[in-house]
Amino acid sequence: MSTATASPTSPPRPLMARLDTPGLLLVLAALALAVFLLLPLGALLRHSLLDEGGRWSLQRFQDFAQAPGMAEAAWNTFWVALLVTCITVPLAFCYAYAIQRSCIPFKGLWRILGLSPLLGPSLVGAIAFIQWFGTQGVLKALLGETSVYGPLGIVMATVFSSFPHALMVLIVALATADGRLYEAADALSATRWRKFVTVTLPAAKYGLISAAMLVFAYSVSEFGIPKVIGGNFKVLAVEIYVQTVGQQNLGRGAVVALMLLIPVMFAYAVDRQVQRRQQAAMTARAVPYQPRPDTRRDTGLLVFTVLVAAALVAVLGMAMYTSVITFWPYNLAPTLDHYTYGLADAGVGNAYLNSLQIALLTALAGTPFVFVTAYLLEKTGTPGSALRAAIQAMASLPMGVPGLVLGIGYILFFNHPDNPLNGLYQTLAIMVIVNVVHYYSACHLTALTALKSLDREFEAVSASLKVSRLVTFFRVTLPVCLPAVLEISRYLFINAMTTVSALVFLYSPDTLPAAVSILNLDEAGELGPAAAMATLIVLTTGLFSLLHAGLTGLLLRRHQAWRSASR
Amino acid sequence: MSHLQIRGIGKRFGAFTALHAIDLDVQKGEFVVLLGPSGCGKTTLLRTLAGLERQDSGQIVHAGRDISRLPPAERDYGIVFQSYALFPNLNVGQNVAYGLSHWRGGREVFRQQVDEMLQLVGLPGTENKYPAQLSGGQQQRIALARALATRPDLLLLDEPLSALDAIERVRLRSEIRKLQQRLGVTTLMVTHDQEEALSMADRIVVMRGGRIQQVGDPQTIYHRPANDFVADFIGRGNLIEGVATASDEIEGLGAKLRCNATLTSGKSYRFYLRPEDICLLDPLETADNSLLATVDKCEFLGPVTLVTLSPLVPGQPTLLAQFSGNYLAGRSLEVGARVRIGLPAARLQPMPEAA
Repeated sequence: MSTATASPTSPPRPLMARLDTPGLLLVLAALALAVFLLLPLGALLRHSLLDEGGRWSLQRFQDFAQAPGMAEAAWNTFWVALLVTCITVPLAFCYAYAIQRSCIPFKGLWRILGLSPLLGPSLVGAIAFIQWFGTQGVLKALLGETSVYGPLGIVMATVFSSFPHALMVLIVALATADGRLYEAADALSATRWRKFVTVTLPAAKYGLISAAMLVFAYSVSEFGIPKVIGGNFKVLAVEIYVQTVGQQNLGRGAVVALMLLIPVMFAYAVDRQVQRRQQAAMTARAVPYQPRPDTRRDTGLLVFTVLVAAALVAVLGMAMYTSVITFWPYNLAPTLDHYTYGLADAGVGNAYLNSLQIALLTALAGTPFVFVTAYLLEKTGTPGSALRAAIQAMASLPMGVPGLVLGIGYILFFNHPDNPLNGLYQTLAIMVIVNVVHYYSACHLTALTALKSLDREFEAVSASLKVSRLVTFFRVTLPVCLPAVLEISRYLFINAMTTVSALVFLYSPDTLPAAVSILNLDEAGELGPAAAMATLIVLTTGLFSLLHAGLTGLLLRRHQAWRSASR
Repeated sequence: MSHLQIRGIGKRFGAFTALHAIDLDVQKGEFVVLLGPSGCGKTTLLRTLAGLERQDSGQIVHAGRDISRLPPAERDYGIVFQSYALFPNLNVGQNVAYGLSHWRGGREVFRQQVDEMLQLVGLPGTENKYPAQLSGGQQQRIALARALATRPDLLLLDEPLSALDAIERVRLRSEIRKLQQRLGVTTLMVTHDQEEALSMADRIVVMRGGRIQQVGDPQTIYHRPANDFVADFIGRGNLIEGVATASDEIEGLGAKLRCNATLTSGKSYRFYLRPEDICLLDPLETADNSLLATVDKCEFLGPVTLVTLSPLVPGQPTLLAQFSGNYLAGRSLEVGARVRIGLPAARLQPMPEAA
């Protein structure tokens, strides 16, 4: 008994004794994020700020500024991104508006078609646009004298592949509208245009800014598209690749990567500011807005939606079509040669299996890591500690770091002969890790949102009932958050399957991923097999999404009866 | 030695002091209500008892055991939150059984215990329903059953009724009280609703700004508030200021008022009078402790009517009186009417001097 009755004035226990299991796990998570995110970025900074002799200087930046073509690449990157943003955001806004605020039929179908470019690597768009508008393209005449190989192709293909990203943000932004505001506007007999300008746009303002920043950052960091369809048009992302892989000039590569990081970080910072404000915009008492049929509006929007969806299908379809015909456009005979000779016999088939492995491992390892870290952050210990703030910051950071930049950081850090983790370089493991880190932020946000919706007192109730945290985690927390967990795994799988940017620096001939192999096939002029590989990826992610949806539905029906339970 | 002893519990959140060295004793089987406005520290005190917050100073002894530094799981209490905190994915039976050890007794005993608890809270046969299928009041009963299932020695209730509608709140209020008396479980409840506190508590602890203002049974708290804050917080009231003219008489509201207290002549006193203590007299009768007033405002609230009265003598503060329907029976009060009101001497108790 005497041991149990500690005196209230007894000194606080030492730090190690206060670190319980969750605390310890959090420290480990923080270490993992530091090693696989902060240290590589730190290595990048070091490399760009140290000159040949190992002294701190801005020498490399001066060299960069003076190097021929660099200023041009920076300017090109900027104006292309600006143009892409100006085209994509209005398109995606109208598309999202049609889905959320009108009474057009088949909304589910339009939504899926609108998001379909996500299923493939960004290169799909580039390949398809070459087929449509390239030297032998059927629609080449439409472009007149302008070649598709160059800014025009880059802009078109980037609009295609960034469209679903903007669409996702805007669908969410337009999903929540306060019906009371529209009723008030109607009562004051406001015109249609006035309602749009005074109610709809202000409510979607933050979503629009967010989408614009996302698309801008996407375009700036996109590497595969300009590589495939850019011709001689210089952009920063390709320059990084050329410097690092082509000329083995890591220092220069690091500087270019840093130049890339700055605009993306800027866009990301703007987005964060905007999101912080948005949270207060929607009150709990708002009444959801229900669109009412309106023939004039609905017809217009339906025509627009069908046109955009058709264009998206035409792009994705062309890439798939290319993979099953002999030679576009001269020999349209159906064939599987691109798959058999072009991929399997050429020894590229393994790339597909590599990617499948990488994607599965990314989903299987990344999902628990993301979810458990978010859980520890949200549900254990004292909020507001320095460790928590650090993890939260590290979890949000990857959103603002282009994959290419992360990839260079990984080379510089892990390929260093003195690094004890050097053995990871060029393995599948490091590609899995870089994928988890690269796509961490969105997953973290999903997990955190799900966890925050749980009653804050579950842990307190469990403790009072003398039930361990672990039991409550498995009996309550995890089952309730299951949809979010499944969503994270799907997101990780699809992105790991389609990404090029970070992996392009990290593979070895044995671990070549599928999306990167498309790049190599294209470089070798093998457009058919490249299209075949792209098609395989699209089919895989499409099939995975279907299976995932089926499994989710089944799980929810079997074990989640409580969700649909009504009084 | 009392069952639960709280000694000098202090708690700070940054620059904000939530609790200033709180001392409180709770007897076994007692129902104690912590009452106060939001931010008064009542919830912090409860969470400290539960081990969900760690106090900066002080000691808590429960049943002879110092629990000041024990984690929640090593303390012996059940807790019910305002949000119920029922596990949405578990059915009622699983929720109630959540804290029962699975290895002890076996399935049959297990089911019996759940049945018994559900019987106790008046919801037998609901074990296969999910929380979402129950009303708010039913969910709160299940939360109570879950908290009591492990037979804790101490029951902590954190604003358990404030998320319910008015009718359900009143019903559950008496049910919880009855249940508590039947089980004899020592209970601490936090609320900001003074009516709830008055109707349920053995003793009420009124708190403000992290300090205890008054501890006492409901009658004492209501009729003899220890200070202005308590008087104000518990129901409506009239503050009457006056100067003692004799050991049992003051000059106030422009009249001579007798009271049942020993006063020092010439000294100023303040009296607190509840609206329902004011009575209506015949306007022509010049009884002791009475004065004439004009009706300023009548507010009909159903069972009672609130009447604002201005004493005829100019410069006096208005008084608030409350008359029940059957007291008024037949008499009608209209704005502008002149009435004679009585202020019973027995109800005129001087307020303790402000420290």
